[in-house]
Order: sequence, then structure tokens, then C-alpha cells
Amino acid sequence: MNLDRRHFLIMLPAAAIAWEHVLAGTPETSPNYTMSEHWWGMLIDIPKCIGCGNCVRACQAENDVPDGFFRTWVERYLVTDYNLENPVVISPDGGKEGFPSAPPEDEGKYFFVPKMCNHCADSPCTQVCPVGATFIAPDGVVLVDPKYCLGCAYCVQACPYGCRYIHPEKRVADKCTLCYHRITKGLTTACCEACPTGARQLVDLKNPNDPIHAFMKTHAVQVLKPQMATGAKLFYNQLDGSVR
Amino acid sequence: MNRFRDTGHLLRFAALFVIAFAVFLVIRHFVVPKTFGEYGHYRGAVMAEIAARPVHFAGHETCETCHADLLAAKSAGKHANVNCEACHGPLAKHADDPSITPPKLDTATLCVRCHAASAAKPKNFPQVDADQHSGGLPCETCHQPHSPAITAGGAK
Repeated sequence: MNLDRRHFLIMLPAAAIAWEHVLAGTPETSPNYTMSEHWWGMLIDIPKCIGCGNCVRACQAENDVPDGFFRTWVERYLVTDYNLENPVVISPDGGKEGFPSAPPEDEGKYFFVPKMCNHCADSPCTQVCPVGATFIAPDGVVLVDPKYCLGCAYCVQACPYGCRYIHPEKRVADKCTLCYHRITKGLTTACCEACPTGARQLVDLKNPNDPIHAFMKTHAVQVLKPQMATGAKLFYNQLDGSVR
Repeated sequence: MNRFRDTGHLLRFAALFVIAFAVFLVIRHFVVPKTFGEYGHYRGAVMAEIAARPVHFAGHETCETCHADLLAAKSAGKHANVNCEACHGPLAKHADDPSITPPKLDTATLCVRCHAASAAKPKNFPQVDADQHSGGLPCETCHQPHSPAITAGGAK
């Protein structure tokens, strides 16, 4: 193998991290071995969402989310033709127990928008943390270190999607972990598991066989607030322009 | 030579600085977690701590290892792509220890959660006004939840 000095220097840190595992004869357990193989995100298929609230309840059960706080929630939009820019948005208790029925004679169009952490690749929330308690993991999941967090709530303000809250008992920032304890074991997230219509799909952008790649080529997929350049990885199919 | 005559106070100051720096290094050694900076400006060990949190939803693959009969019934009908725990709720405890029986489900609230008529739902999604549709009868009088279509022989 021909290595010039430039590439040798680039490879040094990687070799240093893996070295102790190579010495131990187990290079496959190198710390970022599996993490570096994934780049997680989620696909949300808006035309499939029926607003049942299964994802919200599943998330609260799976992650012990306190009442009145949400790591994921569902909003119902009503966009009227005479006030396109100001849709009527409701989310009673995060859509946990569904929504009041919409009378068909109402003018305008209705649709549901499930929301959660966008696991941004250039996330504003991790950039403002003064102590290094929140970060983008090597597999693309934005996480909070509850032992390191001061609870200053700077990240809660920085998130343009309103996906963070201060945990009322732990007094630290809390948010969607993309069910990190599940996806690292090969399971899908609790919200995807509980979604009855397949409106939510966990996607791994680094997996070349993931159906997301074919889906993106043939569908109108958007992210929320693209103008903020957050590198959001919550991909919405047929997202209406009025969604904020 | 006289130039260095009055340097004592500078040396004392330098010594103080060195001691302060040593104290800083010692404190830093004990205060900064071992894995901080392993992958970036955060504690590397936290990923393993978060990954170790308990799982509540077992996942439909786990259910299907035992309940092949129900899987067959479900696969034949409209609910083929609805995962078990979408209706039954989180059952990892039951999967770990089958003697823990899952709670009985109430179809009156469960079916309506998805199938109550609303203009906000996709047009092709089956929706009913529960009161008009069944007149208060429980859904499973006619529909078998695992395969809800009403067959010629009636519900089983």
C-alpha cells in the first residue's frame, strides 16, 4: 500500500482509537465500529397519518416521558384557501388521545403532521450547549447526557422545532433519543413500532439497501424549515408549504 | 550582572504560576470524565448508558416467534401491516415472562381511535361514525380484530 504523508497523518487518529482493540485481538469491538456504519433519520409519510396518537402514547410508555411533555406529538392542520399562510393548528394533549372529529363541510384541507426531534446533522441545539452535554453521536442521533447537563435550557431555546424540554423531576434537558436503546439492538423505534399505518419509518441513510433511497427519488420529500440549514433528517413526504 | 539582582519576585511569581497550573491539572484529572473527548466534545460513555435503557415494546418479530396462529390470521386480512403492539400496547415484560398476562383490550376505545370518521383522515382510510354504524354494539360482535373483514359465515 502506498501511503503519502498526508493520508498517513489523516489515518493516525483512527488507528489510535482502534489500537487497543487491535492489540486485544478484537478489532470488531472498536468503539465506533457499529456507530460509524449508520446515519439515522426518519421518514414521515403525511398522507398515511390518521392522527390516532399511537406514536405519542408509545413514546411516553417506552421512554417514561412525564405527563404534559412530549418527545413526539401530532398536530392537525387546517389550511384554508383565503388564509394560506396562517393555518389553524391544534394538538390537544399532543394528539395523545386522537383529535376531535373534523366536520366534512369545513372549508379548507385537513392533514396531520407528526413532529419530533429532527436529529439535525448541523443541529443548533448541540452548538449552543456550554458544557458539552448534548451532541451528535457518530451515528447521527442527537443525544443528551443527563449526568452532564446543567439544565440551563439554552438548547431548549435554540431548537427551531421546539423538540426539547426540561424534565420536571431530573431538571435536565430531555428529548427524543430516536429510541437509541432500541435501534442499537436492531429494533425500530417505539413510535414506528406502534404506528398502525406505516406513516413513520426509521431510516438508515448509510444502509444502501434502505428503501428510503428509492422512496426519495420518486416522492416529494421535504424537511421542516429548510431555510435554517439545520440538516434535518426527519423526511416528510408531501409536506404542505404551510407547515412551520 | 546587576541586571538579575532583583529577579527574586519574578521567580516567586513564576513558581506560584507553576503550582497553580499543577493544581489545575490535578483537579482537571479528577473532574473531567475519562471518556470526555473520546468522539467529540462530550462524554463518550453516555451512548452506552443511553443504549442500556430498558425496552418496553418487544417488537412484532418477538411476538411472532410464539403467536404464529395469530400472525397467520392477521396476515390474511386488512390489518396485515399493523404491528401487534400498535393495539396491544408495550408487552416486552410479557415477552420476557409469558406468565405475565397482557391486559384485556377494550375494542370500544381501541377501534374508534383509528376508525372514527373525520374529514382530517385520508379519504381511502376506512372510517365510521361508531354510534350510527353499530348502534352501541361492541365492534367484535361483527369484526374479528385480527382480520376485520366480515366473512359470509359471520365473525369467528
